[in-house]
Amino acid sequence: MTGKKKQTDITPAHPLDDLIRTDRIPHIWCPGCGIGTAFSACLSAIKRSCENLNNVSMVSGIGCSGRAAGYIKLDSFHTTHGRAIPFATGLKLAKPDMNVIVFSGDGDLFAIGGNHFIHAARRNMDLTVICVNNLNYGMTGGQAAATTPHKAKTTTSISGNPEDPFNLPLLAYAAGATYVARWTILHTRDLTESISEALSRKGFSFIEVLAPCPINYGRRNKEKSLDSLKLYQEKSIIKNGADPASVDLDFQNGIVLGTFVNRDKPTFYEKYKMINGLD
Amino acid sequence: MSKAVLTGTHYMTGDEACAEGALAAGCRFFGGYPITPATEVAEHMSERLPGVGGVFIQMEDEIAAIGSVLGASWGGVKSMTATSGPGFSLMMENLGLGLVTETPCVIVNVQRGGPSTGLPTQGAQADMMQARWGSHGDYEIIALAPSSPQEIFHLTITAFNLSETYRLPVLIMTDEIVGHMSEKVTIPDEKTIVTVNRKAPKGRKDRFKLYQPGEDGVAPMPAAGDGYNVHVTGLTHDERGYPVMTVDAQREMMNRITGKIHKNLSHILLNERFMLDDADYVIVSYGVSSRTSYAAVEELRAMGIRAGLFRLITVWPFPGNAVKELAERVKGFVTVEINLGQIHLEVERHVAGKTAVKLVGHTGGTIIPPEDVVAAVKDISGKGV
Repeated sequence: MTGKKKQTDITPAHPLDDLIRTDRIPHIWCPGCGIGTAFSACLSAIKRSCENLNNVSMVSGIGCSGRAAGYIKLDSFHTTHGRAIPFATGLKLAKPDMNVIVFSGDGDLFAIGGNHFIHAARRNMDLTVICVNNLNYGMTGGQAAATTPHKAKTTTSISGNPEDPFNLPLLAYAAGATYVARWTILHTRDLTESISEALSRKGFSFIEVLAPCPINYGRRNKEKSLDSLKLYQEKSIIKNGADPASVDLDFQNGIVLGTFVNRDKPTFYEKYKMINGLD
Repeated sequence: MSKAVLTGTHYMTGDEACAEGALAAGCRFFGGYPITPATEVAEHMSERLPGVGGVFIQMEDEIAAIGSVLGASWGGVKSMTATSGPGFSLMMENLGLGLVTETPCVIVNVQRGGPSTGLPTQGAQADMMQARWGSHGDYEIIALAPSSPQEIFHLTITAFNLSETYRLPVLIMTDEIVGHMSEKVTIPDEKTIVTVNRKAPKGRKDRFKLYQPGEDGVAPMPAAGDGYNVHVTGLTHDERGYPVMTVDAQREMMNRITGKIHKNLSHILLNERFMLDDADYVIVSYGVSSRTSYAAVEELRAMGIRAGLFRLITVWPFPGNAVKELAERVKGFVTVEINLGQIHLEVERHVAGKTAVKLVGHTGGTIIPPEDVVAAVKDISGKGV
């Protein structure tokens, strides 16, 4: 008896499938969106750096990038808007040996959640924070964010954004982050290595990932997904060790990428134990 | 290591007794933020937790404080925060996350006069409806109201036990007066203190469903790192914990989070009946206001008026059936609380016009004197003031 093969039998397994809740696929991300690439880079880095997958968890906030926690097949927490870092802080302190990853978007981490970001960096909380920066609020249809370039068009700045964006690496550095890097989703190998490095070290690590949002940001700013990738290719300048104060995002003259900060400082928990005379 | 349970007799404030109760219950994580009149709970926990293998962290605001508490609870550690009105308002969104993700933890509100900054150093009981309905959406909540430092010690243990049993945040709704008063607190022998831990999952990990309830309506809960690969979300979710945006999924989830409370009311509803058996007039009160109500009952009895006190220890869920039953046989109800009539609305709703109801309340800042309660009962009893 030959019988028909089921579709699942002939579909080759993706090498990251064991880290994905395949029963939740298809995902919600739009065609041309960069989050999936950043997410795969994160999964690859986890495979590379984390021996015991039971000891890795992901915490997200709200928004398109915040949905990552719903697709990763690890202990994963999709929390409230802006509050992934406080949740991750509690989880980390309850499980000090756990590798806790915060994967969220620019709106979530730097507008509504900005206060938590700077304080976790200041404490040197041992977290790996990955921010997919797509320059706008994608989930709600493309509103201006704390990362939207000046003059860029969004649904809440139809004549152009009157505000200036944050320089995220500078903010992270100034707040006390001990590892700061920026890559784009075009630089998947560097990005994966960077996340892998962050997962292997202790302390507050921050990685900004530039990613296109063709549907909600690109559409209003004459930038298709491939245009964004071309921009990442043509305008990127890899400058490891660059002064974070010099890496303002400048899509005209050059997007500075690289590992900007990598310094050792005791973590919150190490200092907590030391101060209290524990171990 | 120092002792987690300070067995013996102490003279301590309500806030300190709350912290000691938490430690005795097994709380080993406190995420706090200073606010009058709850600061002393955080201060005491910051001093005590390192010595018993726990972690205290002062977060950047109350939103972060409760966020860290939820995270620590998913790390398998009993967790608590304490705050007052303005901080309680900030915690409301994450309280909802705790309810919908069925996360055990304890949140203490040492109430002060409000709204807004209000009366930071003076007591009130005006956040009672916020405790019930403060986070958006429908839900059931458990809120306990201690009336003394001794009781706050015991009820903090009860709050942890209820939160672990029913997998939800439990509120301790105390007030500045109880929080700041110093009284004798007897802490029993550690062996006599009953503590409850959340039900752990059994069976195959790959078949485990995070929100598949047992007969008591409560699902077992693993901790992060246990190998269950849980997904926890504030979105409407199915028994696996996966987001499902349908009317059916919403109904099933809501039925679960409210049903587990409805199903177990007899275990959750705690109250005290003082001279109630033959009472014609029922004083309904809780927390510090119930203390002045005892004196009123005695004074009224001395005058020949059969008054009794129905003291709510569990304020939410409200013991509506008990009030309904009393309303069938008594001549009137007087609610005593330091607000403009919050629990009084529940009393009215359940008395449903069957008999007289009256509120003794004020706008906050001090206790309610017994003579006001006496006058109110005399008023509805028709004997005049």
